[in-house]
Formats: sequence, structure tokens, C-alpha cells
Amino acid sequence: MSVSLAMTVNGKPVAADVDARTLLVDFLRNQLSLTGTHVGCDTAQCGACTVHVDGQAVKSCNVLALQVQGASIVTIEGLIAEDGTMHPMQEAFRDCHGLQCGFCTPGMVMSAIDLVNRHPQADEATIRAELEGNLCRCTGYHNIVKAVRQGAAAMGK
Amino acid sequence: MGANDTTGLASVIGQPVLRKEDARFLTGTGQYTDDVSMPRQTHAYFLRSPHAHAAIRAIDVVKAKGLPGVIDIFTGADLTGVNGLPCGWLITGSDGKPMNEPPHPVLAQGKVRYVGDAVALVIAETVDQAKDAAEAIVVEYDVLPAAVNVVDALAPGAPQLHGEAPGNKCYTWALGDRSAVEAAFAKAAHVTRLDIVNNRLVPNAIEPRAALASYNRAEDAYTLYVTSQNPHVERLLMTAFVLGLPEHKVRVIAPDVGGGFGSKIYLYAEETAMVWASKRINRPIKWVAERSESFLTDAHGRDHVTHAELALDKDGKFLALRVQTTANMGAYLSTFASCIPTILYATLLAGQYTTPAIWCEVTAAFTNTAPVDAYRGAGRPEATYVVERIVHQAAVEMGIPQDELRRRNFIRAFPYQTPVALNYDIGNYDQTLDAAMEMADVTGFGARRDESQKRGKLRGLGYASYIEACGLAPSNVAGALGARAGLFEAGEVRVHPTGSVTVFTGSHSHGQGHETTFAQIVAARLGVPVDNVSVVHGDTGRVPFGMGTYGSRSLAVGGTAIVKALDKIVAKGSKIAAHLLEAAETDIEFKDGKFSVAGTDRSKTFAEIALTAYVPHNYPLATLEPGLNETAFYDPTNFTYPAGTHICEVEIDPDTGVVEVAAFTACDDFGTIINPMIVAGQVHGGVAQGLGQALLEHCVYDRDSGQLLTGSMMDYALPRADDLPSFTVDTKVTPCTHNPLGAKGCGEAGAIGAPAAMMNAVMDALAAVGVTHLDMPASPQRVWNAIRQARDPALVGHA
Repeated sequence: MSVSLAMTVNGKPVAADVDARTLLVDFLRNQLSLTGTHVGCDTAQCGACTVHVDGQAVKSCNVLALQVQGASIVTIEGLIAEDGTMHPMQEAFRDCHGLQCGFCTPGMVMSAIDLVNRHPQADEATIRAELEGNLCRCTGYHNIVKAVRQGAAAMGK
Repeated sequence: MGANDTTGLASVIGQPVLRKEDARFLTGTGQYTDDVSMPRQTHAYFLRSPHAHAAIRAIDVVKAKGLPGVIDIFTGADLTGVNGLPCGWLITGSDGKPMNEPPHPVLAQGKVRYVGDAVALVIAETVDQAKDAAEAIVVEYDVLPAAVNVVDALAPGAPQLHGEAPGNKCYTWALGDRSAVEAAFAKAAHVTRLDIVNNRLVPNAIEPRAALASYNRAEDAYTLYVTSQNPHVERLLMTAFVLGLPEHKVRVIAPDVGGGFGSKIYLYAEETAMVWASKRINRPIKWVAERSESFLTDAHGRDHVTHAELALDKDGKFLALRVQTTANMGAYLSTFASCIPTILYATLLAGQYTTPAIWCEVTAAFTNTAPVDAYRGAGRPEATYVVERIVHQAAVEMGIPQDELRRRNFIRAFPYQTPVALNYDIGNYDQTLDAAMEMADVTGFGARRDESQKRGKLRGLGYASYIEACGLAPSNVAGALGARAGLFEAGEVRVHPTGSVTVFTGSHSHGQGHETTFAQIVAARLGVPVDNVSVVHGDTGRVPFGMGTYGSRSLAVGGTAIVKALDKIVAKGSKIAAHLLEAAETDIEFKDGKFSVAGTDRSKTFAEIALTAYVPHNYPLATLEPGLNETAFYDPTNFTYPAGTHICEVEIDPDTGVVEVAAFTACDDFGTIINPMIVAGQVHGGVAQGLGQALLEHCVYDRDSGQLLTGSMMDYALPRADDLPSFTVDTKVTPCTHNPLGAKGCGEAGAIGAPAAMMNAVMDALAAVGVTHLDMPASPQRVWNAIRQARDPALVGHA
């Protein structure tokens, strides 16, 4: 069954007819070619597919595109300013070597921004607890935690 | 940090240069296999065996082929002229006979041998249509009894997997001097005995395996995008051994790859079947594994059962080590499966110690489980786990402090020939032990233990002084040991007319940061900015050749190939400079990006020489070719021997069995370090995987049905951010003596040292309540049961 879909993605209005069972992540990746959002587990365990829906971090592999009808979506691609400047959290991940293979990174950055929005002064324990929904197999989280603290400080400025 | 604009050898080597690759990963513009799509692309889905062991009576695809969107369906019967997947290492058994090497069909032929074994390749316009069609395929199975662990598989009367492997045995192999070991045991003052299991793991790179195969009819050529750590090896195995295609007609591209940890080294059935099928349907085919397929079909790791005995004299000097291990190969031999529990395991049993006599016997068995192969560390973590746990236990039994027993046995004179084939070129084990103890504040441990005790908690400290053999490998040595491939590496340095540089390396980066580290090497040598160097990897169409990335080999072997190519660039540049400066070639010096005539102020910049090479108007054309583009192949003369000491501190709640990793310290010697930021990151990640094995991860098959019980991230516990502490890491340097970089390798050390360090800490903590035995993972249930049984021996055997 095909349905009409309209939403805002990275500040731009998008509209499309999609199969009703289309997942948000597949809509973003296949229809809009926003391949920065990744699929790592299909079961909302790894968090590689995390995007922002109306400002909140959501695992897009477990949401139907229809469920976010009319919403405002931000993906990793949408964090970059018009002039190409990265978001302070992206900069912090680069500065702190908070990524290796890069596959979990987009989801990790989107979750990190959401957690800082909710806990601007987050300490290490809070950061670790809040990142529980995002798996990274490369970094051992050490430098991710460091990056989130640095990113939080930069976002607060 | 701002180190990216520095030039010159002294300023670039050893600097934490920020990674060149990060900009694309952080902005969502990386290109992983699933991000690549082609016009007219179709989608593949593999119908897999639901049974651990069954004979296939019939497969009916007629109805499925008629469903909407279905393009074609292939089964094992269709793959005429396609050979099985090869094993790259021939182990010769103690009986002098080659290992049993049963066929490994690309799609099942008459029988399935593990849950997930590929039965049919379904190709349709969409993934959903392919799945619907797979569901409509009717396979009639005669289900057979299954054996999933090595003990059951080797027992008399066990279900037989392969006619070619009687008793499910792949080989029994041994290394070392058995009679010398027996003699040493006969005169030992003390013998420590240990029975341990090295738990089976699922690698779980966050990017699932994926492939996109296409065929160009006009060119009669194939292109395969695939999640591979070694695209040239993938192409060689696929073309020469399985599909019988000429290599020049197959291009394999491993673009950005989202982690490997060993699991993406191997040639798998999926991409092989897809390359074959892409010609049959004459359209591109994409397949992306779902996580449940990753659990079922990615090659697993570890899975050893070991009995070890250490003989000591009255002062705690090691006299001999005797080890008997049974290793699970899974249902078929994966690409390097056979060498992991032998060549990469038994040879490491000397550890950092002068143990004069060692004997190790390994029996490898087939079981109804996914194939088992190299996983981060590959044999070396298993060896370290045996050595360091038995050393820990011996220290406890003899009442000798842990560090002291290790010191009494450290190797201090190099080169050192071990009794298990390896020749260590250099190391300083006291240095890393001393530093690790200081970093871990071992002297303050007593006070911390007392403080824990006041809160009703048990605290423990554990050591692992590990060694690994990296820089795989001298090809002649590997060949003599059964390797069916060379283990050199290739590199090409292409200087462009304006002096910028592109490097083509046979190593592959899937998180290791080669684009930055290798650029630093080039920048340092040629005196050009790091930003003027691009590194290309992962494409058989662009890179001359390569053996890929595994075994912590990229810098020591791949980096050295680049150094050798740089030598040729400098040598040719000197010839051009001699011509331009009208000086003798022997008088030309190259330093800081300038070719100078020794003792004069006459010089030419590197960029001027590059331009001259490509605009050869004033050039010795009679004796020198134009251009500045050099390739080198480097075959190492020895393994490299990274080593270090890891110290773990745990706190255990005896009421719940929960183990908390309170602190983890690693002091490693990786030889020369090019980028300390990247090296620390590699250690962090390795330690997390090692702690994952010791604390959480455990791959379990049901003993009767052979079903994978830990088949998702909800059943298989991967370490998450709140399971781990921040780590304390540092390095000491004894440069490798036999490669020009002095580099040893750092990718696996964390995963090698951490399991033993953590389990020794757990054993130290649990000694207070009388626990003497525990296998990984130290899950709350296991720890709680061990404490309960130690308190009341009548409960042993009651889970």
C-alpha cells in the first residue's frame, strides 16, 4: 500500500509516495540518499541509525516513515552549517579521536547532542549511562566520553 | 592540536596528527558498501538452513520463482563448475599427514552443517520480494543429530559432519620437545595445573557484511564492492580457487569498511555466489546482512578447551610448560581457520619468560556451528590467557607476589630463541611491568581493598604480561609452516608534477587511520605537508597488490613497503637533482624536502624535482626515465614482538555476583610510534574487546538442537559505555630491529592482554571467599554461583 508522506528533513520540505511499511531509515537512505544514517542491527540495539525527530534522538530503524509524518528530522548531514562548518560535537569527536571506523559515529554524534541538550553539565557517569543505547566496537568508548564532554562545553558557549 | 600543517621528519613522526578520514565519517559522507548503488540494481537474500545438521532431500523453487519481482533463484545444484571455498593454510598433523580438508560449498550440496548454512540465493527487484520468495521455497530436510562443542564432536559415536574427516577430526598437531618437557616435570619442585575454556565470541563489527556484485557484458568483467579487510586476497581466492575467472577481469573494491576485527578477512559464500550470479542475470546484485545473519554466519572467534601444566623449581623458575588444547573449527574450514590454534597460538606459549621446555598439542574438530577463524588477536589472546592465568595461579600456590614471579622468569637477553620456534628480536619486559605498576598505583591497592571490604565488596588486582607475534610474516617461514599465500605487502608512491603525493597501499583501513599514519610517514620522508599526501587503499583496480590488514601488520609491513618505495623516490630524485645541479649523484643530500649539493648552498626543492621529472626538458633522458612513481614490495625477515603489561582492578559484589572493572592500565611496547593518538585509540578498543570477552560476551549454541541461543544483540552482551571505565594507557619503546620504521604493531594488544588481566583480578578478588576456578565470561550468574559453591561445596554441580 502506497501512502503520501510529507516532512521536513534537514530544514527542507520533502514529500514522497512510499510503501506504508517503509522504515524511516530506509526512507532517508534510499529515497533521499542521506546515507550518513547507518543500519547496524535492525533491532534498536546499536544506535547507528539515530536521528533527531523534532529535536529528540530516535532510532530510525524502528520507526515507520509514516509515524513521523509532518515532523522535522535532522540527520548527521543536517548538522553542518551552510559554509561547511561542523557542529561543535562533530568537531569534538574529531579533536578527541572519538571515532575509528566511523560506522557508529553518525548515530553516536546525534545521541551525544541529544544527551547534552538534556544534561548540559553531564559528568562521565551520566554520559556513559546515556550512551548505553549506542554501540561502538572500535573505540572502547574512552575517547567518545572525552569527546562528549568537550562537545558539551563547546555547545554551552 | 593543529599538528596537521607541520613538515619534516622530526616534527611529524610521533605527533598526534588529527585524522584525515574523520571529516567524511563525521559528516555522513563516508562511503560504505551499502551506500553504493548501481542502475538496474537487484537485491539478494540468502535462504539459510534452519537446522544444525540435515540432509537435503529436495529443494522446490518453482513456486518461489513465479512470485512478483523475482529475477532468479540459484541453489547448490546450479553452481556447476564452481569449486568450494578454500582454506589458506595447510596444517600437517603429528602423524605427518595433511589436515582433513572437507569441501566448503558456496551453496549447500546435499547437506547442511550449521544453522545459517546458505541453501539458496534469491534475487529480486526488492529485498522484501526476495524474502517473500525465499519463504516460498520448499526444502525437504532429513534432520540429523548435531554436535556443537569439541568434546561432543570428538566423542565416539558422535554425528559425523564430513566423510572426509573421520571422527570429525581436522588434525592433531604438536609443537615443542615433549621428552624435554617430561624430564623437566620429573624434577619439578612444584606443578601448577589449570583447566580453562576460552569462550567462543562473535566479532560484531557494527557494519554488517555487505556486497554489491556487477558484471559488464561488453568487457566480460566483474566489479565487486565488498566489506573486506583484504580485497586482493579476496580476489585471488575467489578467481583462482573458486570461480576460475581471470584476475584481470575482476575488480574488488573494499570502500569504507565499518570495522573488521578479523571477521572481514575471509572469502565468504555470499559475495562469491553473487559474483557468479551477476553474469547469469546480467544485472548488479546487492546484499546486506541483517544482524541476525552476522551472528549466524560471520566467522566466530576463540572456542578452545585447554589443560595446561607448569613445572617450577623451588624458587619459582619455570622449568617447563605442557599444554593440550582442543579447538573448534566450526562446520567448515574458513580462510585461515587452521593456523589460528596452531601457528598463531602454540608459538606464543613462551610469553615473556625463559621457560626452557614447552610442548603443546592441539586437536582441531569440526562441529555443527559457524566456522571459527581469526578474531582480534587470533591465537595470541588464547596463548596469553593460558600462560598468564597459570602464572597467576602458580604465584598464588607458591606464595610469591605476582610481579615477583614474573620478574624471576623474564627474558632479558635478546635476540632470544624460544623453544616454540619464534626468535624475539628485542623487548624490555621489566620496563613495561614497572611502569604499569606505577600507573596502576599498585602500592595503594591494599588500602583500596580494605575500603572495598568495609562496603562488603571484594577487590582484586590482576596482571597480564603478554607478548604477541605481529608483522605477518616472512613468506618463506610462513610457507614452510603451511601458508598457501605470501605475506608481504605492496606500496606505490606516486609523486604528482606539482609535488603532491598519492600513496597506494595494499593495507586496508577499517578504522585504523592509515590515511593519516601513512601520510605522516610520507610527509616526514619527503618533507611535504601531511595535507599534500593522499592515501588510497582497498581497490584492486588502483592498488598494485596487497595482502591486507590483519595481525597488527599494517604499519610494520605495509608501512615498510611505503618506506621502500620512498627510498626509490629519493634515489631517483637525487639523480635528477645531480643533473640539474651539475653535481655528482653521490654528493646529493636530501633533507627537509630539499636536494642539496653537500657543503654548498646549491639546492632544489622536492617540488622542483617533481616538476622536472614530468616536464623533462633539462633531464638525463638517455639514462633516466621521466616521471616520479615508484612501487615496492616488502617481505619481512622476522615477526615483530609487541609486548607489555596490563593490570586490571575489579570490585565484586558478592551478594549479586556483579563484577565492576574499577580500573584498567596498559603499558605497551609497540616499537616506534608514528601517531600516539591513534595508537592509544587502538589500545582502548582492544582492551574493550578483551574486557568484553572476560566480562560479558559468550556465544552459546544449544547442545542438542545446535540452534544459536545468542543470536542477537539482546542475547549476546557487547560492552556498552556504562560497562567500562576510562583506561590508563602509556607506551615504552624498544624499536623493532628488522624494519626501517622500528614499528611492531598495536592493533590487537588490548584484546590479548585484557582477558587474562581481568580474570586474574577476578580470581584475586574471589580468593578471599575460596573460589579457585572460574571461566570467562565473569557474568553475575557465574560469579555468584562460584561464590555460593565455594561457601558450600555441596552445591557444586547445582547451577
